[in-house]
This record gives sequence, C-alpha cells and structure tokens, in this order.
Amino acid sequence: MTIDHQASLASGRDERRSVNTLSRRSFLRSGAAAGGGLILSLSLPFATHAAEAADDVFAPNAFIRIGSDGKIVLIMPYVEMGQGTYTSIPMLIAEELEVDLQQVWLEHAPPNERLYVNPLLGVQRTGNSNAVRGAWQPLRQAGAAARIMLVAAAAKRWNVDAATCRAERGEVVHAPTGRRLGYGGLAGDAARMPVPENVALKRPRDFKLIGTPAKRLDTPTKVNGTAVFGIDVRPPGVKIATLAQSPVFGGRVKRVDDVAAKAVNGVRRIVQLDDAVAVVADHMGAAKKGLEALVIEWDDGPHAELTTEAIAGELEQATLRSGAVAENVGNVEGAIASASTKVEATYQLPFLAHATMEPMNCTAHVRKEGCEIWVGTQALASAQSAAAEACGLPLDKVVVHNHLIGGGFGRRLEVDWVVRAVEIAKHVGGPVKVVWTREEDVQHDMYRPMFLHRLSAGLDPRGMPVAWNHHYAGSSVVARALPVAFNNGLDPDTTEGAIDLVYDLPNLHVEYVRVEPPGIPTAFWRSVGPSRNVFVTESFMDELAATANQDPVAYRLALLHKTPRAKAVLELAAEKAGWGEKLPPGMGRGISIQNAFATYMAQVAEVEVAQDGAVRVQRVVCAVDCGIVVNPDTVAAQIQGGVMFGVTAALYGNITVKNGRVEQTNFDSYQILRMNEAPRVEVHIVQSQELPGGIGEAGTSCIAPAVANAIFAATGKRLRKLPIDTAALKRPL
Amino acid sequence: MTFTIKVNGQTHNVDVDDDTPLLWVLRDVLGMTGTKFGCGLALCGACTVHVDGVATRSCVTPIDSVGTSAITTIEAIGTTSAGARIQKAWLDQEVVQCGYCQSGQIMSAVELLANNSNPSDSDIDDAMSGNICRCGTYIRIREAIKHAAAS
Repeated sequence: MTIDHQASLASGRDERRSVNTLSRRSFLRSGAAAGGGLILSLSLPFATHAAEAADDVFAPNAFIRIGSDGKIVLIMPYVEMGQGTYTSIPMLIAEELEVDLQQVWLEHAPPNERLYVNPLLGVQRTGNSNAVRGAWQPLRQAGAAARIMLVAAAAKRWNVDAATCRAERGEVVHAPTGRRLGYGGLAGDAARMPVPENVALKRPRDFKLIGTPAKRLDTPTKVNGTAVFGIDVRPPGVKIATLAQSPVFGGRVKRVDDVAAKAVNGVRRIVQLDDAVAVVADHMGAAKKGLEALVIEWDDGPHAELTTEAIAGELEQATLRSGAVAENVGNVEGAIASASTKVEATYQLPFLAHATMEPMNCTAHVRKEGCEIWVGTQALASAQSAAAEACGLPLDKVVVHNHLIGGGFGRRLEVDWVVRAVEIAKHVGGPVKVVWTREEDVQHDMYRPMFLHRLSAGLDPRGMPVAWNHHYAGSSVVARALPVAFNNGLDPDTTEGAIDLVYDLPNLHVEYVRVEPPGIPTAFWRSVGPSRNVFVTESFMDELAATANQDPVAYRLALLHKTPRAKAVLELAAEKAGWGEKLPPGMGRGISIQNAFATYMAQVAEVEVAQDGAVRVQRVVCAVDCGIVVNPDTVAAQIQGGVMFGVTAALYGNITVKNGRVEQTNFDSYQILRMNEAPRVEVHIVQSQELPGGIGEAGTSCIAPAVANAIFAATGKRLRKLPIDTAALKRPL
Repeated sequence: MTFTIKVNGQTHNVDVDDDTPLLWVLRDVLGMTGTKFGCGLALCGACTVHVDGVATRSCVTPIDSVGTSAITTIEAIGTTSAGARIQKAWLDQEVVQCGYCQSGQIMSAVELLANNSNPSDSDIDDAMSGNICRCGTYIRIREAIKHAAAS
C-alpha cells in the first residue's frame, strides 16, 4: 500500500487531487535536537505534503510508511489529547520495528473506520482509557511484520539467510559481515516482500523501549507556541464566528434584531439557524462584540421550567422501581433480613461539564462539490459522517483534518460542535472558524449525567458484610452514543465499578434503572461510569467499616481474598501513606480501591477540614497495578492529573439547572482546582506482567471516595452527595 | 482605527476597534496563535502575555491600552534567559499533557522567575494560581519552576 493509495482510501477521492489540494495533513516531526534532546516540530498544517513516489515507499500496513529517503512515518490511530498516546503508541510500533523514537515522524490518521477502528470500541474513537489496551497486540504486530519484510529485503539483496540478519535503529545488519542497509534504501524492495501472517513478538524481558520512561514526542511544540490545536488553524481567507445557542435545551429562535450587531466594525454576516444565531466576523473580538449587540428572542420550548431538583426527584423515584439486573449473587433479601445489622444510604452525583481548556471549535469550508473541516476530535470518523450529513454530501466528499486536542475528557467524542460549524459554514462563502465562548462551552456541554444510588447492606455479628444491595438510576450515555452496546437495559459503562467488585460478598444484587433527563444532553466524562460508581461503592464500604467499628483498610483487606492484585495495591498504598499514623486535629485519612479500565488502584487521601468547613486535600498516595507499563512517566503523569480532575469534581463540580438553563457560565461559577489548592500526589507502580490496563481515567474515579472517606475520618460526618457541602462541615467556634 | 503595536520586537499596524482585546489582535489579525483563548474574563490565564515584562491577561487588555509598550508572547519568550530556562525545565520535567494552557503557564512562570530567582512554594502559589490547567499538571509546574530557578 502506498501513501497515495492510503490517502485515497481515507478520503475516497482521486489520489493526486487529494494529495495536492485537499488532503494536506499536519505532521509531527521528531529528530535529535542540537542539545541532544528530542525535538518535535509540528509543521504548518497547510504545508503541502509532498507525494512520495509509490515505487520506493514501503507501507506494509496502515500505521507505517517508510520512504526511500529513510523517513519513517507512523500514522497515529488514536488521538493525542494530553494522555501521551503520541508517545506510547509509537513506542509499541518502534519496539518491534527496531527504530528509535528520535527517528520517527508522526502523522494524524485520517478518518477510516476500517483501518483505524478501536478494537475495544468497534469504532474509530479514542476514549475509555483503552488506546494502549487496544493497540498492544496489533501495533506491535504491525511493527514486527514491517521489520521482517525489511530484513527479508536486505537478506535477498545480500543473498544471505535472513536468520543471519538483524534489525537495529532503522538499519538491517548482516551479523557475520557487519554489512548494513538503512530502512530507506530497502523500502522499495521490502514493499515487494510477502506480508508475514503470524509474527512472533518479543518477550517482555527483551523490551528495549516498553517500560522505559520515554520523553513525550509532542512536548517541544507545546512549550514554544508552535503546536497547532484545532482552534489555531487559519486556512486562507478564514472568517471567525461565535454563536449563541438556545439557552434552554430544545428551544428555538423566535426573532432576531441584528441591526446593532451588523454595525459592529469587522462583523460580516449574521447567520440564523433554528436554535442558534452566529456572528461571522474578521476576528473573534468583533464576533463577540457583535454577539453582545444581538437582540434575540427565544421560544424556550418544552423544558423552560426544568430544574435540577425536579430531575433529582425523578431519579429518586426511579430507584424505587425495578430496573435491569446487572449482577445477582446468592440471596440478598434473605441475607439482609437475617443480618445482625442493616445499613442503608442514598448517594447523589451531579451533572458535570467537561470544561476543556480549548473551548469547542471547528473550522469548516462548505462548497457545492465538497466540504473540508479542521478539528481536534476524539471521534474522527463520526466527525466526518456528521459533517457529511449536515451539508448533504456523500462521505467521500468530506475531508477531515485532525489536530492536537486541548483537552478531550469525553467532550470531543461528541460532534454537535462539528455540526454547528458546518451549518454555519453553509451560509458563508469560504472557510469559517466557529469558536464557542467559554459561556457557551459551559452552558451547552453534553454533561456527565446526574445519578441517584440507593444502597443497603447486612452485616454479620462480627460486622462483616453478608449482603450488598445496590439500586441506581440515571442516564445511559452508551444507549445514545454506542447503541449496539446497550442490551437488555444495561451497558458496560453504566455498570463498571458497580458490578464485579473486588470484594468477596456472598450475597449481592445490583440493579440499574435507565432514566434520561428531559432536555439535558449527557455524555461520557473522564472516568465515565466508575466516576460515579466507585464513589458510591467505596463510600458505602467505608460506612460498613465504620458501622462495624473497624479500621477501613483492615476491613477491606479481610474481603480481598479472591483479588490478590487489589489486595497488593491496597497494602502498598496504606504502607506508603503511613496509614494509622497520627494526624493533627482537623485532618483525616481516607482510602479507596477500584478495579476499573482493567487497572487495579488504591488511593489514600489526606484531607484537612477547616473550622469554616473548607476542605483542602493535602496529599494523595496512589498504588497502581496497570499490568505491563509502556511509559512509566506517563502513568505517573496521568494519575497526578487524574487526581486533580477528580478533586475538582469532588470539591466544586456541579452543573445546576434552573428555568431550563444551566446556571454556571465560566470558571468563576464552574470552579477548577488551582495551583494553590493542588495536593501532593505520590504514585507507586506495582511491577506486573499482566496485560496493560487503562490509565488515563483511573486516577479520577478513585480519588472522590478517598476524599469523602478522609472527611469522615476528620469530622465524623458522612457526605453522600457531591460536590462536598462545606456548610455541613462547619464547626462551631 | 489603526494602532501601531510592538510584538516580539516587531512593529505591526492593525486596524481594529479601540476596545478589541489584544488576544484577538494577536491570534486572528497577526496570526500568532501560540497565545490561547480560555475564558475571555481573565479567569484562567491561558491568554497570558508580557506587556513591558509584566504578565498580562490579553483577553481583557484592550488594544488602545497597549500604546508603545513592548509585548512579548510565547513565540519569543525563549529568547529571554528566564524564558529559555523555564522552557527547558518544562521539557526536563515532562510538565505538559494536552498543552493548551501551557503557553500561559510558561508566561506566568517566566515573569515570576525574572523577578524572583529563588521562589518559595508560596511565591509559586501567588504567581501561578491565576492559571488553570484542566489536565492538572500543577505538581510538575511547581517542580519545573524550582528546577529552572536552580539552573
């Protein structure tokens, strides 16, 4: 397969035209910097990618392309949004291809559900902490197959047995004679070698790259302002637009007075859609000023009276109805009835916005014969199909350029903002970049759904749990976003963290009731189902330990006989945290444990609760077993960042609705943890030979219960609703 | 109105309304996209530039307030001693995740280091708490500033 073939597969159009006019891609180039470090430069996204002659290009699969000039290009099937995939995925390929990371160029993959499917999701999306999990076998195999073909080409050239040759650092070496040939010089011949079917992969003890702390390949461009995010693209002649969408979900535009807006210097056009109005201008300053000058009358539609309280009330009722049984072991009702002690509790979790630092944006150019869009998306193929539908063109007439992503967290799995851009671009005779204000971004997010959880448990005379009953209600994001995975009222996301608990519980019943909130769109949010379920189950387990008057760590350890990996991380976290050591008054330690994203994790949070109820998370100790580690520094970074994301949610995260409108607007009313509030985070990685687990999200779901449990340890108050209500923690002077 | 501004040592004439925020002049008029838009209300620090060496939120800085001041952006901060040390420390400590806020983080950190050769934790808190990082890279930002100071 050649570059041209691949481009035409990707875009479905004539290859020459594709390369020369439409399929201009942005490149990441890495090479040795003058100072010896790794440098990676992102060329201008509009620099034309010179087509390579098909004859001497070696592209044995969709992930590797080696030119006769020796340029090794790796095509990235998973997007980079901060989680380090543009380093970990190259490490998998490079390990088997036998090249250094300094030798490779990276290229964003084009939309193609067949070539770049995420095997764990069945679609071309990056999410659910599964890039490394999904890529682990196929991309090492891709690297190994290419290496075998290169070695075979060299052996043929030298007329020697391939077994006497080996590959290293982008060259094939004939061991007996010391002769060497670079991959570039072998590219043409390698392309004519048969593609091997069953390739042997390295044993872990032979890994050179995997498991070593690699420098991230995307960092240099991100510290000097040259990295190109979606919001940074500037096709020639581009106009800038910003928009106001109906403040009530489901509302419509009734009337627009745009006289004042049109008079703003730099405003070019007002675009009125059914449920939004956009101002197109020379620059965002003029667009925003024009937007403020618009007088829009809205028809609020059916959700004008909606409140968060009403949704919570509906969910609470739903937890009393029967739903879909997610897990059932033994006889819960009987066991609770005969238990020595019964414990009951109700937990509530709020709607949450993603608030990625890069606000939603998409650049679109709609012509009669085709549409071109520039984005940073987690769901490339969905973006392409949504754009095609919005502009009424066949899929092969829509070219998508993907870019670095200024925060995804699930928000950029959605394509509503792509559709908006295309709808607006249809009215503009040229490319238009549609940039949402922060207020639009917060008020028209697709939110982590609100959930209500009702739990009960029975304890035996020693205080140990003999029955666990968990009944909960809320939105299923999967049912909308990946309907094929929603079956019999259940999906794997809504139940993760609620079922298959690490604990040995003889009688257990978990039941889920799907309730979609009226008018509030819901979506995946970093750490997805476990972000709710782990908070609930680990808080409730702490309640059981407290009821039994037992130490929370010892209590859990007694229930972990069947899950040695869970036991190991719990013991390690407790040991490293100094569990049991005395803390000053007003401080407490809390523990939590989870098995989510195929990764075992335990966290200990140290929390200080001030007289006025203010909560400060001082220190977090995390032990993790995520199987074989690809890039240990990224594992640590993802846990550090994931903890901050989770602490933000635990302390502040709350999207509320009144009169059908989201009440929060910007970072003053939707607070994010800041430097002066950031805890110290210590990460301890367990050496493991298990298959790799996910790491981008695990740190987020694990921290909220650790914080709530630490607050209980510090104050004796059990908070069952997030975010933390500091008023409830206020102590009299 | 036409304004003459000096950015990274170069003079530019721009024709925009007098209340146009400097951020949009940089990004959309001059095409210098290293400076980022995050909130528009000086709440997140993504748009931080230096105006005569002072870290300034360009999203709330009207162009008519700039005058003849020297504006420095992320694109040129590496030419200063503090800027080069901060950028190197950012690389050495592997600070960055998504990277979108890091232009602003670096601009705030450079101002701190240029004025304080040995910042304490509380100095770092004071200088950096106006910059939000949604990926939560705060631990490494703190470490990187300390490394840059020691370098």
